[in-house]
Amino acid sequence: MTLLTIEDLSVHFPTRHKVFVAVNDADLTVEPGEIHGLVGESGAGKSTIGAAVMGLLERPGHIAGGTVSFKGEKISGRDAEGMRSLRGAKISMIFQDPLTSLNPLLTVGQQLVETIQFHLKLTDKDSRQRAIELLDRVGIPHPDDRIDMYPHQFSGGMRQRVVIALALCSEPDVIIADEPTTALDVSIQAQILDLIKELARERQTGVILITHDMGVIADTTDKVTVMYQGEVVESGTTDQVMGDPQHEYTKSLIAAVPRPTLKVHRFPQLSYGGRQIEFHIDDLARNWHKPEPSKSGTLLKVDKLSKTFLTKGHIIPSRRKFFTAVNEVSFDIKDGEVFGIVGESGSGKSTVARMIATLYETNGGKITFDETDVTALHSHKDLEGYRRQIQMIFQDPYSSLNPRMRVDEIIAEPVKHHKLLEGAAIQHRVDELLERVGLGSDAGRKYPHEFSGGQRQRISIARALATQPRFLICDEPTSALDVSIQAQILNILKDLQEHLGLTMLFISHDLPVVRQMCDRVGVMRQGQMVEVADTEELFANPQTDYTRELLSLMPKLEGLSTEGLKDEIV
Amino acid sequence: MSDQATQPATPSRLAKAWDSDFMYNFRHSPVAMVSFFVVALLVLGAIFAPLIAPYDPFDPASLDLMNGYTAPMAPNDFTGDVFWLGTDDQGRDVFSTILYGMRISLFVGFAAVAFAMVLGITLGLIAGYVGGWTETIIMRAADVQLTFPAILVAMLIFGVAKGITPIEHQDTMAIWVLIIAIGLSDWVQFARVVRGATLVEKDKEYVQAARMIGRGKGIIMLRHILPNVLSPVLVIATISLALAIIAEATLSFLGVGAPPTQPSLGTLIRIGQDFLFSGEWWIILFPSITLLALALSVNLLGDWLRDALNPRLQK
Repeated sequence: MTLLTIEDLSVHFPTRHKVFVAVNDADLTVEPGEIHGLVGESGAGKSTIGAAVMGLLERPGHIAGGTVSFKGEKISGRDAEGMRSLRGAKISMIFQDPLTSLNPLLTVGQQLVETIQFHLKLTDKDSRQRAIELLDRVGIPHPDDRIDMYPHQFSGGMRQRVVIALALCSEPDVIIADEPTTALDVSIQAQILDLIKELARERQTGVILITHDMGVIADTTDKVTVMYQGEVVESGTTDQVMGDPQHEYTKSLIAAVPRPTLKVHRFPQLSYGGRQIEFHIDDLARNWHKPEPSKSGTLLKVDKLSKTFLTKGHIIPSRRKFFTAVNEVSFDIKDGEVFGIVGESGSGKSTVARMIATLYETNGGKITFDETDVTALHSHKDLEGYRRQIQMIFQDPYSSLNPRMRVDEIIAEPVKHHKLLEGAAIQHRVDELLERVGLGSDAGRKYPHEFSGGQRQRISIARALATQPRFLICDEPTSALDVSIQAQILNILKDLQEHLGLTMLFISHDLPVVRQMCDRVGVMRQGQMVEVADTEELFANPQTDYTRELLSLMPKLEGLSTEGLKDEIV
Repeated sequence: MSDQATQPATPSRLAKAWDSDFMYNFRHSPVAMVSFFVVALLVLGAIFAPLIAPYDPFDPASLDLMNGYTAPMAPNDFTGDVFWLGTDDQGRDVFSTILYGMRISLFVGFAAVAFAMVLGITLGLIAGYVGGWTETIIMRAADVQLTFPAILVAMLIFGVAKGITPIEHQDTMAIWVLIIAIGLSDWVQFARVVRGATLVEKDKEYVQAARMIGRGKGIIMLRHILPNVLSPVLVIATISLALAIIAEATLSFLGVGAPPTQPSLGTLIRIGQDFLFSGEWWIILFPSITLLALALSVNLLGDWLRDALNPRLQK
């Protein structure tokens, strides 16, 4: 019997100026033991469907049409009391952030026991026993001891397991998981997804898995529904939709996914909904002042670089405690090369980038840029020459641009600071850059909040290019972006590198992206460089256990259609 | 999905501002509109006092002692003159003294808050951005000051200032000393809020981008961080304004503020207090109501502003 049926569901959010249609005529069914993926980019309305099923729509949002039925019984339109008997009992939810979905003031056991008693009416002792069983079931070692610990004593992955245990307390028939692994590292993501798969099979629970990640969809789900701007564009079994997409949007989405097994020259510009952008690299290259290549062929050399952070201050130096974020890391980057650093969160990869960018002081080791020892330069004045030649593109497009500055001021700032141009020539450079990154010179008179994430990242790129640097540091430049926008930005970066001869340091946690972008890769773990190799060599023949493990955890994406990629495969 | 059917060509800047969420919020909050109206009325009354007031209470030539103790709206026994809100012991028109008194109260309030703001923002920015010993010294000084009631600090500063200014300048200097005294007792909360906001902002990537360019500390603080920490400051400034007006009134009431020759609202209340039990209630009542209306509506406006500028409370 079908567990959950959504028919012609429409969700409206009336605002001051118009009614925003978040979901329009969506259909979806969930069978027992089935994992149904709901995929789409930000703003597609996928989370709204989850909230509508649970009766958790934020006001003034409401269901404007259609029905949601649970086991044949209509549940949409029930009052708050009616929903409560269902919510958490028959239908449970797992949220994205395991940090905020647990109460930090209660032990894990207290939270589980409370939920179990509410739903199953067991005695204290039985509830506790049941809680321990659940913790054991979701793979938490030593559940008898761990049950009395507080959420902060668990790691991120373990916390998400506790959240899942909490969702299982009432033995629900349907679980709605809203981006359950987005906040987690890739190794932990794989474990959590396996757990969800096992639970669905074992208990015949229906799962709606909401995600933006095609890798998660391809590896985990049985069926998939693709959404675009509130509309369901395609629905079917996962193999069918991923392997042979019918709708143009699905095709463009799948073509934009970086593959771990294939290297493409450029991402195909299959556009949907008029999002094609023009990037005029040739015009930019013509006016670009290319510096002499460094004599040795090596532009940047990092030698035994270390960084420690003070974790506990004390007046007596011997009582102070430190954390070593980067421990004697060495590598070098050749002229015109893209060097990648991969690693999980906390591996120290961003710290390395920040030391090279002079944002952090070093605690030992040497950075040599074009035969100049940068670590020996200290005053602002001495560093000017180096800073003009390096630029950085940051991770979060929403915080990397000053919200109170106009776009043209933002891009002009480095030019003005280094006194590269004067007067009207500055405005000319800014207009040119904005044209080149496909935003048009009118964009200069607006403020950052008027742009989308991908557009802001292009403003960041324009700012980075303003001083005509030789070396570009990209710190997770696309990890906050949707996959189609990511493809655009990666294409731009590839073009820049090829046509302008830029040298790049590319930091990422995403191995498929690194494979597409980098010539050589270094793998970092807990502050140390584990392995450095040519990209293709590393993927074909990893030398260390850790690299092998990382590679084995990548989503394989083998079932994905390669239709749009044919001309681009290298 | 969008309704671009009937959009006028390009709305003017003013129309845009009127249509913004901020103004929409304002237009739908009766409390905000009423308090804004009251504040606007009182401020305009104070600014245009010389045009509106029927008498100049500071001009001894226009005073007639015979008019003393006249009740509101009743003709004077001797001269037959009628005063809307009555007169005080010296025959000064209460309505006129309130208008002129408000000028002093408002001037002292605005100037004290401006002084506290400049001091607090500067110290807060430095403490938050520079950190280390500088921060420890600034913030501990702020903590120490907070352990004394603000009015006590203001009285202390006022007393010291009075001791060191020559007698002949004391009356003219009194207003300025009052401003500094109230301002110095009020900078702490600005510094605290700005420091907190600065700590959040300085780790954002746009600040790092500016550092990478090579921008110095001063430019980063002024051009990048300051504009981004101002909206909570605006809210505190409004609420501080009400507090500063009350602080000024309190000091004047205690006799350590504005001199009787330049009476502020607080001074008027002190003068009126002497006649409260002898039946001349109007001398104290009307200045008190004015002070209450002013402080209350500024406060309500500040409360509304706090909610309107907080995105988390947005509906």
